[in-house]
Amino acid sequence: MKASAFKYLRPNTMDEIFAAFAEHGDDAMILAGGQSLLPTLNMRLAQPAILVDINRIPELSGIERQGDIVRIGATTRHVEVLRSDIIASDLPLIGCAIQHVAHRGVRNRGTFGGSLSHADPAAEMAACAVASDATSILISSTGERRVPASDFFQGVMTTDRKWGEVLSSVEFPAFGSDEVWAFRELCRRQGDFAQVGVAAKARLSGSRLEELRLVVFGCEEYPKVSEIAVEMGSSGHSNAEIAAAVANELDPMTDLSGTADTKRIQARTLVERTLSDLIKGQAKGVRDE
Amino acid sequence: MSDAVSVKMTVNGTSVEKQVEPRQHLTDFLRTELGLTGNHIGCEHGVCGACSVRVDGQVVRGCLMLATQADGAIVETIEGVVESGEVNGLIDAFVSRNALQCGFCTPGMILTAAELLSEGELLERAQIRDELSGNICRCTGYHSIVDAVESVLDKEDGRVSDDKLA
Repeated sequence: MKASAFKYLRPNTMDEIFAAFAEHGDDAMILAGGQSLLPTLNMRLAQPAILVDINRIPELSGIERQGDIVRIGATTRHVEVLRSDIIASDLPLIGCAIQHVAHRGVRNRGTFGGSLSHADPAAEMAACAVASDATSILISSTGERRVPASDFFQGVMTTDRKWGEVLSSVEFPAFGSDEVWAFRELCRRQGDFAQVGVAAKARLSGSRLEELRLVVFGCEEYPKVSEIAVEMGSSGHSNAEIAAAVANELDPMTDLSGTADTKRIQARTLVERTLSDLIKGQAKGVRDE
Repeated sequence: MSDAVSVKMTVNGTSVEKQVEPRQHLTDFLRTELGLTGNHIGCEHGVCGACSVRVDGQVVRGCLMLATQADGAIVETIEGVVESGEVNGLIDAFVSRNALQCGFCTPGMILTAAELLSEGELLERAQIRDELSGNICRCTGYHSIVDAVESVLDKEDGRVSDDKLA
C-alpha cells in the first residue's frame, strides 16, 4: 500500500503548470486535494511519473458571486463550501448536498474541482453541477474553454478535460427566488458513497415542475439530466408516474452496493420522494436509509 | 532518493527540516522519520481514519496527504495535543466510558472529536455519530465512544450529565 516513486512539482503560477505540462507531457498528473488520487496511488492503480501540485495557486481557490453567477474555484476545499454564506444563500442545493460529501477529515482537504475532475459516478457535487446547469472553466496555455457540466462528464471517471488543460473553476447560475430544489441520497452510513442519489431543481408553477432538471447519480456511468422528467414534470403527471418513467429509462451499473435491478427500484423511490420535496417547495436534503 | 525534496514544518511545536521522498505520505513521515507513532496506519486509502492528524488546525487523513505537501505547515499529532492538555477532558471521558478496547482508532477518534467539540455546537447523539462516521472502530460498536463525546459536550454546555449509556 505504498505509492510507487514519482517526482513532485509545486508550481506557484498557472504558467508554471503549463510549463510542466509542456516539459513532461502525459507523464504529468495534477494533484489537487488528493482525497481520491492518493488512494489510487497508494493502491498503485495509478503510477504517474510526475505529480503537479496545484494547491498553492491562489487564483484557483475561493467562492465569489458576480452578478447572477456564483463561481467556485477548483481548489476550494469541501469544508469551505460547507461553511460558505454565499453557497448557503445562493446555491442552496450545493449547500445541502455538501453535507453528504465524505467525512470531516476528507472534507478538510478534498477540493470541489478535484471531485468534478475525478468524476466518480456517485459524486454528489458532480450531480449537483449537472442539475444546476453549471459551467466548467478549463484553462490551458492557449486560453479558456467553457464546457456545460452536462457535457463535461462523459463516462466513469472520464471528463471532457483535455491534455494540457486545468479545471480552474465552476460557474453556477445563482438560484432564483422562484426556484425549488431537493437532494436525497441512499447510503448506509453518513459520508459514504451514495448507493443511489437524486439532485434536482425546477420552477414551481402551481403543482407543475417547469424546467425540471433531475439527476440520478450513483447509478449510471455519469450524471445527466433526465429528459423524460423534463417533459413529464411540466405536463401534469403524478410523481409516481414520473418516477416510474425516470427509473425505467435508467441503465444502472451493478456495483458492490447493489445490482442494476435493485438500483432501479431504489432510484424510483428516491425520485418520487424528491419530486414530492420539490412540490412542497421546502426541500431539505435527506439521507435515506 | 534522487528526487528527494526538502520539507520544513512545525510538528507539535518543534521546527523540523528533512529530506523526503515525494511518495512518502505524512503519516509514514511522522512515524518513521520522527518516531511519532501515535497516529496509526490502518487502511492507507482514506477509509478508516486511524491516521488522522491535524494540519494547520484541521484534521486530515495523514495517509492522503504527502509529507511534502505539509511543507510550511503546522502539524499536530495525538502526542502534541496530549502534551498540551487540550484533549484531557476527552481522554478522561474515553476512559470512564470504556470507549476503547484495543485503542488503535483512539488517536484519530480523539482528534476528530476535539475538532467537533471546538465548533461549539449543540449536538444530538445521532449528529455525534454522523460526525464520527469517518473513523472506524472495530472493538466498541461505537456506543461508548458516542457516550464519551456526549458527556464532554454535556459538561461544556452545562447540560445535565446523567448516565447516558445507550
